[in-house]
Amino acid sequence: MDSALIPKGVKRCPTWQFALWIGAAGAVLLWGVVAMLLCWFKGLNQTNMNDSYGFALWIWADLAVIALGGGAFFTGFLRYIVGKDELKNIINYAVLIGFICYSSALLILAIDIGQPLRGWFIFWHANVHSMLTEVAFCLTCYFGVLTIEYVPLILENRQIDKVPFFHRLGHNLHEVMAVFAATGAFLSFFHQGSLGGVPGVLFGRPFAYREGIFIWPWTFFLYTWSAAACGPCFTILITWITEKITKKKLVKQNVIELLAKISGWMIGTYIIAKIIDTWYWAKVTAPSAGFNLMDFYSNNPFYGIWILILEIVICGVVPAVILISEKGRKNPVALMTGIVLAVLGACVNRWVMVLQVMAVPVLSFESWAMYYPSWQEVATTILPVAYGVILISFSYRYLPIFPQEQELNPEA
Amino acid sequence: MVIDLDKCTGCGACMVACMAENNVPFKEDESKKLDSITWLRVYRLTNGKSFPDTDICYLPRPCQHCGGKGDHGHSPCVSVCPATATDYSNDTGIVSQIYTRCFGCRYCMAACPYHARYFNWWDPVWPDGMEKYLSPNVSVRMRGIVEKCSFCFHRYQIAMEKAHYEGRGELEENEYQTACTQACPANAITFGDLSNPEHAVYELKKNKNAFRLLERLQTNPKVYYISGREWVRRAGDNYLKDEKK
Repeated sequence: MDSALIPKGVKRCPTWQFALWIGAAGAVLLWGVVAMLLCWFKGLNQTNMNDSYGFALWIWADLAVIALGGGAFFTGFLRYIVGKDELKNIINYAVLIGFICYSSALLILAIDIGQPLRGWFIFWHANVHSMLTEVAFCLTCYFGVLTIEYVPLILENRQIDKVPFFHRLGHNLHEVMAVFAATGAFLSFFHQGSLGGVPGVLFGRPFAYREGIFIWPWTFFLYTWSAAACGPCFTILITWITEKITKKKLVKQNVIELLAKISGWMIGTYIIAKIIDTWYWAKVTAPSAGFNLMDFYSNNPFYGIWILILEIVICGVVPAVILISEKGRKNPVALMTGIVLAVLGACVNRWVMVLQVMAVPVLSFESWAMYYPSWQEVATTILPVAYGVILISFSYRYLPIFPQEQELNPEA
Repeated sequence: MVIDLDKCTGCGACMVACMAENNVPFKEDESKKLDSITWLRVYRLTNGKSFPDTDICYLPRPCQHCGGKGDHGHSPCVSVCPATATDYSNDTGIVSQIYTRCFGCRYCMAACPYHARYFNWWDPVWPDGMEKYLSPNVSVRMRGIVEKCSFCFHRYQIAMEKAHYEGRGELEENEYQTACTQACPANAITFGDLSNPEHAVYELKKNKNAFRLLERLQTNPKVYYISGREWVRRAGDNYLKDEKK
């Protein structure tokens, strides 16, 4: 029925099967939309957040998707600025995933703020001393860049491409894409860093606070670094999942391995910096505020030292070792283990820097604050996942996202 | 503000006065305290010992109106607000909250180590007829924004207005007092200008038993506490095991 829209030379599932798939994702999306409307119309009393937990699941989700969406800027940087030409075979997908991650982050922020209609105040009454202001500006600008990067892909649809104007527009956009990739990398450096600055500048919260250089706490640099390291892993992970669902090889293994190798070195160097940061914080910064390391990991039902080991060793050192070694990259199970652990590592880091910060008592006569999300928070956090599935499904079906698909699947 | 913790009986009159004075909203069911709004909250501290050595202390905690390092207004909350909805006045040392500008991101709440900031999780609803008792000097706040103790700033404005019409630029100590100070039956709370030698708080803050909450974090609060009990003073901050103050 929709064969005229499907790229030439590739095979797609029947329309009914596609409709069924979209219907299932749409049902989840609808569930999220209901929760979103409840939050907007009834207020944030629909959540399990409270005055001890001003930041909770949504802020974690925001920070996590932005870190994982970092695959777009870093792959673009490697492809257009560094000149890793092989990455042209995965850059489209990296851009699409980045677009989904960043639009999701903006949506979650729109739900998270108590007065969404006043969201523009952050631009109008901007406090230049606030890390969140920098996040808002750079995030919005970079979302614009990602949109510009995604548009040429849409214009490559068979039917749209027939229109001469769109054909030429797409061609011209491709020609200047390096400029946008450079702009994206520049903007990303700042907003990924500013997101790290969000907890890092909280000098009233010894668990989060980090010293730094000039106005930037060390977390500023660690966040940018970890996003550049783990973002491409998320791109590889989603590519792998897409290949499993479509039962097709879509990107050549040498491309995956190249990206994984670069990620491995990035994770390796990041985790060394993270270990130094953690050591200094545990030995100098926190004790100067009257806290021992174990004060942050005891006397509560959930946050034990295991979470620090999980973040740094299991989801940091281990994936770095796997992805740096050629043997690890060549073994499919080891490769995917490294990739999944790296993605998990970024998520755990963001979790710790948002939710554990809220949980740790600062006043000596207060106790740990525990929190679990309400169904509305869970549904609105899953909403972007369903939206991502739908956008990827449509993009995969109707746009030539994977340049190597035809070559890798000649039977189609 | 200086609060003598050895005088405080924990009666809660200061909390009630604060809520009434500042039109602080409350819920129909106040059993869940985690989303209740208490600009001034009285904590109950214990020394952790069993009878007969047990001792308790009640600690009223308003907004600490932090000046930050060097009193430059680099308060934990002011510096992080992305929309400049909270500000530090160099004239009064008071940290303000601009309700009509706050868009509810709650970053300030995450930044405040004293939990002095509260979010309006619910629409303020007053029992029938009670809205007639609301103070006309304080705007009520809507759902979705953050609020906190203002040191009854509207009283400062009223007093300054009166002084202005009388051709004065300075206030007498008793012209501007907070509601909690006036409501305290034990006279535990003293309010005034910390930098004015003619005000009682100027000397009180120099008391050898005076301390501030979490001084090590360099938040530089404007609320001083006094207690002759060592364990109470020690509870005001965090110390490493075996660390002497």
